[in-house]
Amino acid sequence: MDERVSLAIIGGGPAGLAAAAAARERGVEDIVVFERDTRLGGILNQCIHNGFGLHTFKEELTGPEYAGRYIEKVRQLGICCETGSMALSISPDREITVVSREKGLRVVRADAIVLAMGCRERPRGALNIPGTRPQGIYTAGTAQKLVNCMGIIPGREVVILGSGDIGLIMARRMTLEGAHVQVVAELMPYSGGLKRNIVQCLDDFGIPLKLSHTVVDIRGRRRLEGVTIAQVDRTGAPIPGTGIDYPCDTLLLSCGLIPENELSLTAGVALNGATNGPLVDDRLQTSVPGIFACGNALHVHDLVDFVSEEAGRAGTHAAEYILNGGHGAGPCVRVMPGEGIRYTVPTTVHLGDGDDQVRLRFRVRDVYKGRAIRVTSGGEAVLLKKRRIMVPSEMEDVAIDRRRIVDGDLRVEIVEVEP
Amino acid sequence: MTRSMICIGCPMGCELTVEVEGSRAVSVTGNTCGIGKKYAETEVSAPTRMVTTTVLSDGGVPVPVKTKTAVPKDRVFDVVRAVKARRVALPVGMGDVVLDDAAATGVPVIATMAVTG
Amino acid sequence: MRYDVIIIGAGVTGCAVARALSRYDVSALVVDRESDVCEGTSKANSAIIHAGFDALPGTLKAKLNVRGSAMMDELARDLDIPFRRNGAMVVCWRADDLPKLQALYDRGVANGVQSLRLLNGDEARALEPALRDEVCGALYAPTSGIVCPFELTLALAENALENGVRFSLSTGVTGIVQDEAGFAVTTTRGVFHAKCVVNCAGVYADKIHDMVCEPSFNITARRGEYMLLDKTAGGTVSRTIFQLPTEMGKGVLVSPTIHGNLIVGPTALDIDDRDDTATTREGLNEVRRASALGVKDIPYNRVITSFSGLRATGSTGDFIIREDEKVKGFVDAAGIESPGLSSAPAIGEDVLEIIRGILPLREKESYIPTRRGIPKLAGMDFEARQRLIAARPEYGQIVCRCEQISEGEILDAIRRPLGAKTLDGVKRRVRAGMGRCQSGFCSPRVTELLAREQGIAFEDVVKNG
Repeated sequence: MDERVSLAIIGGGPAGLAAAAAARERGVEDIVVFERDTRLGGILNQCIHNGFGLHTFKEELTGPEYAGRYIEKVRQLGICCETGSMALSISPDREITVVSREKGLRVVRADAIVLAMGCRERPRGALNIPGTRPQGIYTAGTAQKLVNCMGIIPGREVVILGSGDIGLIMARRMTLEGAHVQVVAELMPYSGGLKRNIVQCLDDFGIPLKLSHTVVDIRGRRRLEGVTIAQVDRTGAPIPGTGIDYPCDTLLLSCGLIPENELSLTAGVALNGATNGPLVDDRLQTSVPGIFACGNALHVHDLVDFVSEEAGRAGTHAAEYILNGGHGAGPCVRVMPGEGIRYTVPTTVHLGDGDDQVRLRFRVRDVYKGRAIRVTSGGEAVLLKKRRIMVPSEMEDVAIDRRRIVDGDLRVEIVEVEP
Repeated sequence: MTRSMICIGCPMGCELTVEVEGSRAVSVTGNTCGIGKKYAETEVSAPTRMVTTTVLSDGGVPVPVKTKTAVPKDRVFDVVRAVKARRVALPVGMGDVVLDDAAATGVPVIATMAVTG
Repeated sequence: MRYDVIIIGAGVTGCAVARALSRYDVSALVVDRESDVCEGTSKANSAIIHAGFDALPGTLKAKLNVRGSAMMDELARDLDIPFRRNGAMVVCWRADDLPKLQALYDRGVANGVQSLRLLNGDEARALEPALRDEVCGALYAPTSGIVCPFELTLALAENALENGVRFSLSTGVTGIVQDEAGFAVTTTRGVFHAKCVVNCAGVYADKIHDMVCEPSFNITARRGEYMLLDKTAGGTVSRTIFQLPTEMGKGVLVSPTIHGNLIVGPTALDIDDRDDTATTREGLNEVRRASALGVKDIPYNRVITSFSGLRATGSTGDFIIREDEKVKGFVDAAGIESPGLSSAPAIGEDVLEIIRGILPLREKESYIPTRRGIPKLAGMDFEARQRLIAARPEYGQIVCRCEQISEGEILDAIRRPLGAKTLDGVKRRVRAGMGRCQSGFCSPRVTELLAREQGIAFEDVVKNG
């Protein structure tokens, strides 16, 4: 009665599709991709702006175009993709409960699983913004879906809280659709989005960005009538007397993304408190053997090109796991986030004499200018890379020769540059 | 005339000060490297932008589109207006030309997603 | 239109009265100014079925709470709504306060509350390990329960409707006059006539009363702010943890909800504006501060929403449930603050007895005491869920991913009698949008479904009201 597949991929966005393609190219025949939406492509379908693919395709594509390349690839490889199918739970021995309109409720057993569910936006409730709860408050991504996929303009007078990339993109998008974006307020003293988005989405249209500011009140009973924005001190607390009222009918929130791992928890996958994604080794395998993770479900990325690359590795390692009947337990070392490092992915690395490179991705805690990234293995420096600037909103990515990694912790840290 | 701008060449985000004569940058300061100088010169002389938006289909479903190449920055709103005035019949294929010449910029507008309805 | 009884207010009290009446051969109409039932005090409270040790012995609050709570098991079965007696503790962390716990115990015994026990700190922590080390004593009430106030109110309303009670929503009462036949109730949707009027108007009950009677009580809106935490935090405590009550109420509690979230709150602040359900920075900070006094390690970083509700605090200190002395046929069910939710089924019975003295009540043969709720697929066992989806494939299309709510359930919420007309209406009926993303993913699709089913434009679908 139960169905069996070699590899099940949860999520048909950029991560899931790249993982599926890589696993097929590595020789896995029997693959299924479960996608809960009615079409493949994930969040890229609503990201109609360009700027995707510079690393992967050496050209600038829009989100749907970038997704289209992978959808076409997966189609050509003959990989089975079930849209409208949602995985409800996963058991530790990789039995997936899936539900869909067409096939009903069923259990699919997989030899390996790649988790690629993406992330969700932090909602108003999680931000503890006081005030009323009227219509007109949307996360930036919800507004993006309304505008770009459904042709609905949620409002005319707009205030945006949070300078995450989707918020910045939506500032431009709403402006082009005829809305008036009054201001973008950002709690932190630096922007949460990419510099080029600040310039091309805000500066181009004269939209002010107020750093160290936040929304302290929301007014309007049925429909949003206005918000109050105040300056915050270094602890993020509003400074009394600095509040300015903005009459508006729409408040967009771009205040952070959270990897979606409720499904991972059902399988017993251990999560990293710093990323909200699974703890993984350098094969992107989670704490549960045979279950791998990649993309925004693993940690929030700012470039889809990095997602595709990472997901390709997850697919390849999942394929090796399937084809070799497991990975075998080799010796591992821990990766420790040192000075200035918020987290690393992976958190453990296998020792070995392969000539491959170990990729370490991480985010820094603060803005650092003219410093260097240092990676040490068992106390010995194995990498020192000078960076003119590092910012929390841009993921760092370094590669280390595996043969240089010795027994003892790998430590990643920000250091002063020797004069 | 003096213009200030932020370089988007890298995350550094240098704050550039540009001395402008007509549509030419005569000096750029505040940049840390050559990228900043080149960026400022282009921004002053002939700034261009890609335009991405949606065109409505007969059925009311929006179809995402983009200009095939960048258009002059000061024509962005004209291009959007021209696209918004248009209606397309479904199905639309990725890459299909939606407008041959958007607002007399000489740049075509193409669909960026296959939409069947 | 002429009715035997008009009930003003479609909150839990009005709907409980309506259901109690629907057993009898009387014509009844429920009116409410809002577009949905359960839009006032009933929708924003602690969702607790109190054991009944709080109120002073002899008060209506004490009697109706204990009786209402006792009725709840059967009611939940009959109406197909979730209800669980998870138990409650009143904890105290100052030795000086221990006599107050004893007094509360004595009061509970006098009120007829069963199975009360006094625990020392260690005994309390053995049951609830998240209690702070400072906790030195607790009153344990195993009969305290948790319920979903939306489902309770809606189920009462649906069952009343099925048994012939009519509902006129978006109908605000603007005036009441007494005439030979009883009362003429003027509303925003015309004049309705009835022999008897029942006032269940929550924070506006004094205004309604004063339209036709001499003023005899005042209602103050007492605002309470709450925070709701993610289901992953729902296991912080398994019982409802109260602090010692004050003159402003039962204080800030920490409790699992019937759906598995964690709720903390409320504050208590008397306000002038009877519609002001805004939250405040001070209020939310106070919820955090006060909730942490008895319970440690509450993961406030997993708050998914905050809200506030208004309690209808009456000037008499007790529930006001009586026929007006001078204006015969006008019945108040007013001042229904906590424990109003717990007491609702008993209030319905008491009001029914008052009406029995006004109108002849004859039992209907056709009365249907039970109601089936919308199937909750996420909580079903595998085979039952499989069968339902096979019979109706829309139950297999998940729309709300956080709560795993299907398109079929959302359509049920819209299509049923007294169906949802707004996003909040859907959310309260089937929890689509109630989860950790707070409707970010599902609201576009739910809006589409609401527009399609009601034959209105997408833009005309509203969040509430």
